[in-house]
Amino acid sequence: MENKTKFRKKQNIFRTDAWKRFSKNKLALAGTVVILVLILAAVLAPVISQNDPYISLKDGAGKVMKNMSPAESHLLLGTDSLGRDEFARLVYAARVSMSVGLVAVGISSVIGIILGAVSGYFGGVADMIIMRCVDVVNCFPVMFLIIIIATILKPSIYNIMIIMGLCNWTGTARLVRGEILRVREMEYVQAAVSLGSTDFRIIFSHIIPNVMAPIIVEATMQMARAILTEASLSYLGVGVQLPTASWGNMLMEANNLSTLTLRPWQWVPAGTCIFLSVLSINFIGDGLRDAFDAKQKK
Amino acid sequence: MGKYVRKRLLQAVPVIFGITILTFFIMKLAPGGPLTGMISPRVSSESLQRAREALGLNKPIIVQYWNWLKELVQGNFGYSTYNGQDVLAMILERLPATLLLTVTAFVFSFIVGIPLGVYSATHKYSKGDYGLTVFSFIGISVPSFFFGMGMIYIFALKLKWFPTSGFGSSTFHGTGMALVLHKLRYLVMPALVMSLSNIATVMRFARSSMIETLNQDYIRTARAKGLAEKAVIYRHALKNSMIPVITIFGQSIPNLFGGAYITEKVFGWPGMGLLGVEAIGNRDYQVLMGLTLFTAVLVLLGNLLADIMYSFVDPRIRY
Repeated sequence: MENKTKFRKKQNIFRTDAWKRFSKNKLALAGTVVILVLILAAVLAPVISQNDPYISLKDGAGKVMKNMSPAESHLLLGTDSLGRDEFARLVYAARVSMSVGLVAVGISSVIGIILGAVSGYFGGVADMIIMRCVDVVNCFPVMFLIIIIATILKPSIYNIMIIMGLCNWTGTARLVRGEILRVREMEYVQAAVSLGSTDFRIIFSHIIPNVMAPIIVEATMQMARAILTEASLSYLGVGVQLPTASWGNMLMEANNLSTLTLRPWQWVPAGTCIFLSVLSINFIGDGLRDAFDAKQKK
Repeated sequence: MGKYVRKRLLQAVPVIFGITILTFFIMKLAPGGPLTGMISPRVSSESLQRAREALGLNKPIIVQYWNWLKELVQGNFGYSTYNGQDVLAMILERLPATLLLTVTAFVFSFIVGIPLGVYSATHKYSKGDYGLTVFSFIGISVPSFFFGMGMIYIFALKLKWFPTSGFGSSTFHGTGMALVLHKLRYLVMPALVMSLSNIATVMRFARSSMIETLNQDYIRTARAKGLAEKAVIYRHALKNSMIPVITIFGQSIPNLFGGAYITEKVFGWPGMGLLGVEAIGNRDYQVLMGLTLFTAVLVLLGNLLADIMYSFVDPRIRY
């Protein structure tokens, strides 16, 4: 019992240590702040935007307020080609874009962890088959693979989440496999084996918690990529479908020369949101990598 | 050497089967399935019946796969579900434009990325290194369509330096050098947009590889015998540190081709990506399948080439 508390204490010291390293990284901190603001905006979308993102606004005379600049419309970001409030669409799109990213990474991480663990722990035929599958999936440019499946299955938010999850697991699988190969022969694993633990228990309650740090870093980086992928798919028209707003399809709607020149409020904010969220998550991921890696000193 | 190449080639065989099996099953989800699209829409109804039987449309799935694979190997990628054209011909017609764009972006990203990475590594933790690190994060984070739209806005619409889209104007009638220059103006922006994230990746990789090399014993020896720092870096460290950068060569091919969809749509570049975008709009599954298979095989070949190149410059890898 006493030993257990001692161990806990040690773990806490490590955690504060990691946090100290993370908080020294200015870029990572800035990224965290930006992401928290975006998440807050997404969660509080109905509170901070007074207009419905799906309703065309009308002025006093009953005319639809099409393509109005912020100054004309007295709205923060003006209106789009159908007279909908751009700011409302932007914050509601934050919900869509970030949840698609989150769920997709959740799915791919679970698949990657399980397959990587099986591959690394059991080795042999299972390892060979799984690694060849990784090779096969890696041969397809992920965009091509997602695009063809999404086109066939009729794009919807849920399909996009699942398809992205199913196509992006290879990185995590490789990583987990490598980590497991590294710790498999360590004494604590051998001890668990000699105590008669089941393979399942050894993998999921002894090994995985100890290789969690690189998995978290990988998942963070994947989250950034997932948001970018969703935006690209929606821009191409195979991602989130109109009228549901996502940052990517807001840019798709604005992709014509007249909007590009005359109505920058219809495309600059959405593009900036994608850019800022992806950049921030990448900074956070980089900060986490440095923070978890105790061996590296500055 | 020969043994390694043989082994590597053999490893590629199951991957090729994997690629085709995966594509086959994806196409199973499409209306009509993988085989219907293989029959030319121009045949009469009785030969249609014969063709359906020859392809084994009511035979077991393994037979279907085998027949489908045989058609593929013979160069039959099927016919467009939209306009009935031969898919392989459609792809090959668009291939040169995409290759021109991709290869330009590829070469450009290495020409820019490697010197920046080397600078970063030799000036580790300096202001310049810090700035380049931030730049590389920006490079991998900016959505290429947003970057492309911004470029069009600034350099095509406001400054009018470059045309907004396409690949050559129909009213231009120059020849020789004038034609090349004319086309080049269309190439600059899409190639730049396409290479940005790759520049960032190459740079990060070159930096870490260079830093690792500079920690090697033989670099210390070179310094200890009194060589000038320039000679140490450019003659001893550079060549050795560039070896792992070859792996990036293989890795960036799928990203570049995947990026072609976006870049070509933004700039109306008449390549495979734009063909794909049109196919999405028309729900033309057969063309999408052809594109996916075609690029997958290109990627496989690219990786194979990168591995063999790697083993050529770094014999240690063969063991």
